Amino acid sequence: MYSKHLLKKMYTDMLVIRYAEEILVEPIIKGEVKCPVHLYSGQEAVAVGIGAVLARKDYVFGNHRSHGHYLVHGGTLKGLIAEIYGKETGCAKGRGGSMHVCAPEAGFLGAAPIVAGTIALATGAALAASIRKDGRIAVSFFGDGATGEGTFYESLNFASLRKLPIIFVCENNLYATHMPLQDCRAANNIVATGKPFCIPSFREDGNDVLKVYDLAAKAAALCRAGKGPVLLEFMTYRMRGHVGPDDNVQGCRTDIRPAREVAIWKGKDPIEALEKYLLRRKIYRLIELKQTRSSVARTVKEAMEFASDSKYPAPEELGYYVSKK
Amino acid sequence: MSAKNRILQYSLAINEALHQMMSRDKSVFLIGQGVKSPWYVGNTAKGLLEKYGTSRVIDTPVSENGITGAAVGAALAGMRPVVVHPRMDFMLYALDPIINEAANWHYMTGGKSTVPLVVWGIINRGGEQAAQHSQAIHGIFAHIPGLKVVMPSTPYDAKGLMAAAIQDENPVVFIDDRWLYRTEGHVPTELYTVPIGKGVIRKKGTDITIVAISYMAPEALKAAQELELAGISAEVLDLRSAKPLDQELIIRSVSKTKRLVIADVGWKTGGLSAEVAALVAEKIGTDLRKPLQRVALPDVPAPSSKTLEAVYYPRSKEIVKAVKKILS
Ligand SMILES: Cc1ncc(C[n+]2csc(CCOP(=O)(O)OP(=O)(O)O)c2C)c(N)n1
Ligand SMILES: [Mg+2]
Repeated sequence: MYSKHLLKKMYTDMLVIRYAEEILVEPIIKGEVKCPVHLYSGQEAVAVGIGAVLARKDYVFGNHRSHGHYLVHGGTLKGLIAEIYGKETGCAKGRGGSMHVCAPEAGFLGAAPIVAGTIALATGAALAASIRKDGRIAVSFFGDGATGEGTFYESLNFASLRKLPIIFVCENNLYATHMPLQDCRAANNIVATGKPFCIPSFREDGNDVLKVYDLAAKAAALCRAGKGPVLLEFMTYRMRGHVGPDDNVQGCRTDIRPAREVAIWKGKDPIEALEKYLLRRKIYRLIELKQTRSSVARTVKEAMEFASDSKYPAPEELGYYVSKK
Repeated sequence: MSAKNRILQYSLAINEALHQMMSRDKSVFLIGQGVKSPWYVGNTAKGLLEKYGTSRVIDTPVSENGITGAAVGAALAGMRPVVVHPRMDFMLYALDPIINEAANWHYMTGGKSTVPLVVWGIINRGGEQAAQHSQAIHGIFAHIPGLKVVMPSTPYDAKGLMAAAIQDENPVVFIDDRWLYRTEGHVPTELYTVPIGKGVIRKKGTDITIVAISYMAPEALKAAQELELAGISAEVLDLRSAKPLDQELIIRSVSKTKRLVIADVGWKTGGLSAEVAALVAEKIGTDLRKPLQRVALPDVPAPSSKTLEAVYYPRSKEIVKAVKKILS
């Protein structure tokens, strides 16, 4: 089944994301972090399950909620936190902030908050791979809300027409800012949108990292065998607000989502689910879980210290990076 | 408080225009992403959903291109839609329906059809939101024949220009700025319009003209007050419309002061400040005592980091500096 190494890696990766997100909560509330931050807590299994089947040479594009995607695909923790704090040592040198994390050196070509904007870009990366026949695949991460944009369908069609090696990964967390899915789509059927474009499409529990991993492995294999693209819809839930810790409406820290619904999904925490599995399978003893947790917490704290010790960009350098010199 | 000197917030002035126009004219409806969420549109849509219901106050999926196109089509079919984009950045998905379709339609049909549409785009910048959540792209729209572009800086104009935009037979791009939403000012309770294409002198002066628009208009006033203390009499001209430009008012003022600073909320190159400068050069170029100065955004995308943001957005200080440069 799953190797110990893989399980431990996926567990650690999920923890890193969770801790990195949760350490930001206080600074956001206190106003130390000003830049809009879309926390990924609760959805870690999707980024990690997909990331586990990718090779370093593969391409990944994210969206506005991409700290997890970035971390899994080669972005550094220090670069992330420093970027959110607007520091010169950030992954985008303080120019992009939380919504523009990137690690192009590791294949994470970037993230951007224009909803659905990066879906076509990821399609283009797959096109590059297909022209070069270099065996790379591309992954596009986007939310349920992004399926409202025409470019999503245009990308599906073009990718299918050209048999591009791309996995379209929809993280369906049931909301697009203040809008529940049923107010945005005539039917709860995102997975079905691949069908008219002849794209193999699958829906899965996005809070079960093993299921995500299995499906991701299948999708990647299809893509690498020239049978892409593939559309995956993962049902999941964000544990935090749309932007910031717990609000969908700026200035009032109350979630618009029904409390009962939030509670139900809290019970499906993907990290706790994996912990139960690891203990049951005796991959970890309880003490080892705790050790892993505290070691990850330490690493995240170090990144925080790194960020706070780092310098802000110099105002004289405002004009840098507009065009390659 | 008597109705004559009622004070109202900028955002609520927009809200009042929408209420009054929707109540007066059943063909007016509001559509766009976030119309029921203050997170998107502040309190500009307050009470509209409750009063007019979901058939005329339509919150939409994230589909700017399709929704804006639908608004254009509804306008062609006899409605008066107001389609809102809670950030101008999101509106870029809708450039086709706005520019190819709405702007050209009257011309392409030999004047047979009209597109009485308001495309309402909100400038929402600062706050370390970075490049895709901060853009002021009025210059793009002002470039397009067939579009009118209004950018109110006061609550009075916000209400009057929204009402005028809705009543206009042509597509009007109405652009406001979240930084102005809490500004307060006198707003009559009754429905009125502010003419599109007409600027206004906010402060009379003799030494120099400051032509400003949108958020830069109050900044220009602040600058003028500061300059007054230094013995400099600046005239502040608030354009209110980026298109049509109030050429006559600009030329009249600059002919008098013979000195000019232009303050825009957009980028410097190829934008509104360039257009005003070109106009002045064409009409009275050699009459200026000194070369004009422009205060605009540097040609750089919006940064995230606060140290860069602090030097990115010009304010009254930069206007004062530009004026002093001319008058030194
Ligand atoms: C083109 C565009 N329109 C609107 C927005 C405002 N906006 C930011 S996030 C978001 C919802 C995205 O929902 P979804 O894709 O489901 O992602 P989630 O936030 O749920 O992860 C919207 C509408 C935007 N960023 N870009
Ligand atoms: Mg969503």
